[in-house]
Amino acid sequence: MADLLPEHPDFLWRNPEPKSSYDAVIVGGGGHGLATAYFLAKNHGMTNIAVLEKGWLAGGNMARNTTIIRSNYLWDESAAIYEHALKLWEILPEELEYDFLFSQRGVMNLAHTLGDVRESMRRVGANKLNGVDAEWLDPQQVKELCPILNINDNIRYPVMGATYQPRAGIAKHDHVAWAFARKCDELGVDIIQNCEVTGFLKDGNKVVGVKTNRGTINTEKVGLCAAGHSSVLAEMAGFRLPIQSHPLQALVSELHEPVHPTVVMSNHVHVYVSQAHKGELVMGAGVDSYNGYGQRGSFHVIEHQMAAAVELFPIFARAHVLRTWGGIVDTTLDASPIVGITPVENMFVNCGWGTGGFKGTPAAGLTFAHTIATGTPHHLNKPFALERFETGALIDEHGAAAVAH
Amino acid sequence: MLLISCPNCGSRDETEFHYGGQAHVAYPENPNELNDREWAEFLFYRDNTKGAFAERWLHSTGCRQWFNMLRDTVTYEIQAVYPMGAPRPAAAPPAAESGTASTAPDSTTTGTARPSIAATSTSTASRSTTAPEGATK
Ligand SMILES: Cc1cc2nc3c(=O)[nH]c(=O)nc-3n(C[C@H](O)[C@H](O)[C@H](O)COP(=O)(O)OP(=O)(O)OC[C@H]3O[C@@H](n4cnc5c(N)ncnc54)[C@H](O)[C@@H]3O)c2cc1C
Ligand SMILES: [Zn+2]
Repeated sequence: MADLLPEHPDFLWRNPEPKSSYDAVIVGGGGHGLATAYFLAKNHGMTNIAVLEKGWLAGGNMARNTTIIRSNYLWDESAAIYEHALKLWEILPEELEYDFLFSQRGVMNLAHTLGDVRESMRRVGANKLNGVDAEWLDPQQVKELCPILNINDNIRYPVMGATYQPRAGIAKHDHVAWAFARKCDELGVDIIQNCEVTGFLKDGNKVVGVKTNRGTINTEKVGLCAAGHSSVLAEMAGFRLPIQSHPLQALVSELHEPVHPTVVMSNHVHVYVSQAHKGELVMGAGVDSYNGYGQRGSFHVIEHQMAAAVELFPIFARAHVLRTWGGIVDTTLDASPIVGITPVENMFVNCGWGTGGFKGTPAAGLTFAHTIATGTPHHLNKPFALERFETGALIDEHGAAAVAH
Repeated sequence: MLLISCPNCGSRDETEFHYGGQAHVAYPENPNELNDREWAEFLFYRDNTKGAFAERWLHSTGCRQWFNMLRDTVTYEIQAVYPMGAPRPAAAPPAAESGTASTAPDSTTTGTARPSIAATSTSTASRSTTAPEGATK
């Protein structure tokens, strides 16, 4: 039988009225906003702060993602921040006193071409040098770990091997949000839902407050954690971000007995699949090509990913699509996030996590809180500053960012 | 799936097209005079409009010609198709207030001012398949 989900605690958070002023305001009540508020309160003693969310908590990408957590990125800068995040994932259930079912069932990234094989082996080497657990698997080892995978060579792109990160896995994203929110509330942070930021108050080039549909709130500092809407908020504040917002979809099947023991991703045939604790097959693939704020994508994208899934996993052929949905992801040209200061004084931005920011949630929160509290970069987020687009020090993670997730 | 009216071929499925991002981004006139900030703007910064957005599309499995399109990035409604090099037509009034998540996907803007470029409105089901004047080759 599939796992039963743990019971919720009796109390999660208050729903306070916004105060007229705070020491810091976080815009966006997704995972990153909540994690940032948590670490501001916990590590920097900033408890007179608020998280403003225009809809409901975690109603954006946070509870729409496919929950893959891994740290096997290519470059040193990425390996450092994503591996830090993974180490935090390992201790957070206890720290937050909330079981969000972090399951380290491993993640496999399949290779289907000679180019894939070479790139994958290079990445395994780079990962090892950075202290990230990584292995190269041949097709037989792939089959041993995931028996339902088709490794025959009678398909268009046979499996030629895979990278494997044993410590990677999945978690329950909504529980993660609630875990952070509950602790935030306990520490005194105001979580204010149905509160949309519609503009900023500035004194010269310094932000001094936010305008919302529930009144004006004065604040010393603003941290933007608005994912797909980051550009819209930056424009209100008077600066630009090198971000394009795209629809990204995912889907689940009906519940099945446990058949899929790990997480399989294929960059090349473009699909990834895991099986959720309750038993749904969770699948995703790429973004829709065009810019979009519609939280919905096109059917042909789903059709394409299903074709790939059925070729790799023949037993899925008669599973049914139960639900599909979309989020709005904030992509950058180098497939790396943007975290740090902005051209507006006292305003900070955390965005650009695109298709893969769930896994980064704890490290984004930890380092962004440091940047907001001290006004300076954290050593882990420093390379991800906005200025890299001017210096040219891009962190090109298109290979390791893999199939959009 | 969008139904896109290629100026040369008529209505075709989105899968026949390739997306080219923001339209009307000109190569710098005096590249040697650009500073790092200006290069960054040209190379990496693009508008990310919520609402009517002018963008390029290539009919890659059809006539293989580029053209421009004005599309609402919230409702995905295509408001105008126009040739490369032509100025951006006026946008239809936004179907949704920026920031509201409640826009019905099928909301229409019928009755409001349409972009005025002749033979480029895509709201009519049947449209001419002749190329508008000035379609780039
Ligand atoms: C289908 C899909 C699958 C994905 N799969 C994975 C995966 O497997 N692994 C992974 O690591 N990542 C994945 N991601 C990416 C990941 O979900 C995001 O990178 C991450 O959730 C972004 O951070 P967030 O949680 O803070 O964003 P969000 O939850 O989107 O939070 C942003 C919040 O800001 C709010 N907001 C916006 N504008 C305003 C305003 N004006 N005022 C107030 N509030 C505002 C929004 O309502 C929203 O709640 C996936 C994303 C999608 C869409
Ligand atoms: Zn054509």
